[in-house]
Amino acid sequence: MQAYADPTRSFQALILTLQNFWAAQGCVVLQPYDMEVGAGTFHPATTLRSLGPRPWKAAYVQPSRRPKDGRYGENPNRLQHYYQFQVILKPSPDNLQELYLASLRAIGVDMALHDVRFVEDDWESPTLGAWGLGWECWCDGMEVSQFTYFQQVAGFECSPVSGELTYGLERLAMYVQGVDSIYDINYNGVDVSYGDVFKQAEQEYSRFNFEHANTEVLFRHFKDAEAECRALLEKGEGERHQMALPAYDQCIKASHAFNLLDARGVISVTERQSYILRVRDLAKACGAAWLKTAGGGA
Amino acid sequence: MPDLLLELFSEEIPARMQKQAAEDLRKLVTSALVDAGLTYEGAQAFATPRRLTLHIIGLPAAQPDRREERKGPRVGAPDAAVQGFLKSAGLASLDQAQKVSDGKKGEIYVALIEHKGRATAELIADLLPPIFRAFPWPKSMRWGAGSVRPDTLRWVRPLRSILCTFGGPVETPEIVPFALDGIASGDVTYGHRFMAPGALHVRRFEDYVAALQKAKVVLDADRRKQIILADARSLALAQGLALVEDEGLLEEVAGLVEWPVVLMGSFEPEFLEIPPEVIRATIRTNQKCFVLRDADGALANRFVLVSNLLASDGGAAIAAGNARVVRARLSDARHFWATDLGPLPGYPADKPLDQRLAKLKALGIVFHEKLGTQAERIDRIAALARALAPPVGCVPDLAERAARLAKADLVTEMVGEFPELQGLMGRYYAAAQGEDINVAQAIEEHYKPQGPADRVPTSPESIAVALADKLDTLSGFWAIEEKPTGSKDPYALRRAALGVIRIVLENELRLALVEIFQAALSSLISVTSLSRADGAYFVLTISSKVDKLETITQRGAFSVSNISAQEADHESRAGRKIAFDLLAFFADRLKVYLRDKGARHDLIDAVFALSGQDDLLMIVRRVEALGAFLDTEDGKNLLAGYRRAANILKAEEKKGESFAGAYDPALLREAEETALTAALEVAARDAATEVAQENFGAAMRALSTLRAPVDAFFTAVTVNADDSALRVNRLRLLAALRDAVHTVADFSKIGG
Repeated sequence: MQAYADPTRSFQALILTLQNFWAAQGCVVLQPYDMEVGAGTFHPATTLRSLGPRPWKAAYVQPSRRPKDGRYGENPNRLQHYYQFQVILKPSPDNLQELYLASLRAIGVDMALHDVRFVEDDWESPTLGAWGLGWECWCDGMEVSQFTYFQQVAGFECSPVSGELTYGLERLAMYVQGVDSIYDINYNGVDVSYGDVFKQAEQEYSRFNFEHANTEVLFRHFKDAEAECRALLEKGEGERHQMALPAYDQCIKASHAFNLLDARGVISVTERQSYILRVRDLAKACGAAWLKTAGGGA
Repeated sequence: MPDLLLELFSEEIPARMQKQAAEDLRKLVTSALVDAGLTYEGAQAFATPRRLTLHIIGLPAAQPDRREERKGPRVGAPDAAVQGFLKSAGLASLDQAQKVSDGKKGEIYVALIEHKGRATAELIADLLPPIFRAFPWPKSMRWGAGSVRPDTLRWVRPLRSILCTFGGPVETPEIVPFALDGIASGDVTYGHRFMAPGALHVRRFEDYVAALQKAKVVLDADRRKQIILADARSLALAQGLALVEDEGLLEEVAGLVEWPVVLMGSFEPEFLEIPPEVIRATIRTNQKCFVLRDADGALANRFVLVSNLLASDGGAAIAAGNARVVRARLSDARHFWATDLGPLPGYPADKPLDQRLAKLKALGIVFHEKLGTQAERIDRIAALARALAPPVGCVPDLAERAARLAKADLVTEMVGEFPELQGLMGRYYAAAQGEDINVAQAIEEHYKPQGPADRVPTSPESIAVALADKLDTLSGFWAIEEKPTGSKDPYALRRAALGVIRIVLENELRLALVEIFQAALSSLISVTSLSRADGAYFVLTISSKVDKLETITQRGAFSVSNISAQEADHESRAGRKIAFDLLAFFADRLKVYLRDKGARHDLIDAVFALSGQDDLLMIVRRVEALGAFLDTEDGKNLLAGYRRAANILKAEEKKGESFAGAYDPALLREAEETALTAALEVAARDAATEVAQENFGAAMRALSTLRAPVDAFFTAVTVNADDSALRVNRLRLLAALRDAVHTVADFSKIGG
């Protein structure tokens, strides 16, 4: 196999292989959501589509931003911007564990050689009002994926329950390529490393996240997004909701502004909880609006 | 006798829930069988990450048959009654009923109904599904397409198959047929997820265990633990190392594998510069691996991991992969360590830990909504630790310094990552910035003891801060009426009180608790959220006690200037009430503590019944002396004499008379009376002197001289004499005897 197409030799082939694997399972292969989010779960294809009765299968890469995890490009294991590969299957199929293991085989994990384990991890997103039960999936002691059966999203019981898989792409790439630093991951199978593509970005965004992001502007963005979300929810109100998706975009914006403020260290412990609750209220209201749309099964 | 074999096969069950779940399964199924009239010889339950298994032996093939006699109407009753009876008893005509004489009623009809016992298998098929539907998982979930139904089965993780057979030993056991949300029971199970994933057909427990073993599944968790422990020890030994054993971790990893394979990994020796506890916490918490020590007892740069696979390369890739993760984790830990030892940007230049303290204050972390912030709490603990320094015997400045720094590590990176290292990291960071060694130690030890088995701090600074921390917690929650009730003790106040008791007793400390409570309560006055509206506003007494308390607090940690005398009086009473209420709680905890140590609870009651007892050490000394005294002949006889006197007095006092006054020597008629008064004067005086000097054994010995005169008195003297003056005088003499005995303990509380 050519290196550019080999999931154990290039980052992009790892992504392509996972996309092809899940496409073969009937998933809609989506593109990343075009907004700053903290995790693939925030993509409306997961958050909103996991609500309501309609079946849904999707897979996509989601660039994820966690401002607080920035390390100025100096830590070989932490990034403030990284990629998740997200799979959402609704309802969760009975053979989801087997499918997941097959996808690992597809990207080159040999199960006769490596110790794959499902270790308890109850997932909860306080900002999304969501929780589920499942596992961290370990490969030789490294957490490479999250596996969750969604029980509740946006404060609503999931009916039916979706199965969610989140692959940590950089970790998996480090693993299958056998490198010890994220920055040493081969990106294209030829001569470009992950560091070549992203190291400068990590340095620059760490400066921005921790030192220079204008907190006044961010506080304003948070408030504006919150107000706009509420306004859109109100204006779209009807027998069927008319603007659940644009409203949810504003919820995502508020959440990211909060993450940046948190990284800047300007939110005290007590305030922190109240910001989380404010975002959760928006997420819940958006979930309720979505359930009154065609996509939500209304 | 037939056996039952049951297996619930699911996706991976959290390790921490497996043991309890197996136990619950055994209890629920066996008690349902017993309720249905089925006895059994034995039951054993097992758990692996993917299955719960139950094996019950020696069940009967069917329920016992049962005969019922049902009484009907009297002979000759109206037809409607007869028809009703026939219908309910399932009879075709009255010919099938018997006529029986029933006393007053005369003859009545009686139906004899035979209830055939149901086949056990059939019964099991009925009773199992409801047990599974109501299974007490700590957390359960829905899954799949079926999750839309409101009555869908909930399980810890998706349930995949059920094996259930009943029968033997001669004939082949049958499948017990039932279905649970579309999963039909059968005789199928599955082997190891990767090494033998195929289906296995089994119907007997012995075959089941053997088939699983062949399919790389060790059913018994204890067996898995033994394998892990033995293999880990020998792997370590081969390298000249010793395993750092860890029962909790062993239990957990045994719940993460069906086929344990123990391997060893290593990391660069440079990481050993990080404190060993941090390395252990990193490797244990994040990677669930064991650490090792070398011959000198120092941590080695190797670790033991437990995998679930006999890998084709002998485990080389697995060990290398784990080592890579451990290395990454240790890099993080080293980063935290270095960060915490460095200056904190954005805070005024100071020693690193002092900067963290400044950060903790700046963050305004709330301790409890009614008890203010952590920063306010630190101020209170510091004042209290300082106040406790003299009685505890340490330098007040050191106690205060330790108390101020004690919580600073809560905002370090390391404790943020590993909360279980709180205290310990504070000690490391304090030592690194050159704090007094006793200060550093007190920072670590001030959380101790964490439970009945935990070590009690012994250095004076540690004692002062540990007591201050716990007493502030107790006083605070008492002031806002958040006391433990029944099984609810969310703030672990019972544990805090037991900690205080153990620290005081094991270090033989003399502390007047009420005064200390009041000093602790006084510090709470600065917390603005404590308002009078809470009904819990108080301040330390302003009146006569002030001087005394100021000596306790050394520098008067409370302000009294702006409170009117009337208010102060009101509040001081409130404060006293809280303090005495808290003391009563301590008395209860002390009783529990002493009872666990084997002390007689009636003796504890006898000592607590004396007023003004708030010195734990003296209370315990008294209880011990009392116990020893009552084991002697003199003690037993004196108790008998005391009882006789007390009973007579009680009977007379019931009539409304009091005999509190002094007896009149002029009215002593009998020689035995005179002898008793003489002995009593000496004994009462000696006992009081010895009690004052805290020689409780000697006080009791002094009282024991009363034994002979008391016995002689009761033999020779009639208390209730006809002459009422003599009677009153003799009762007064007995009252004086009772009072003398009560100088050491309230003997009326002593039982037996």
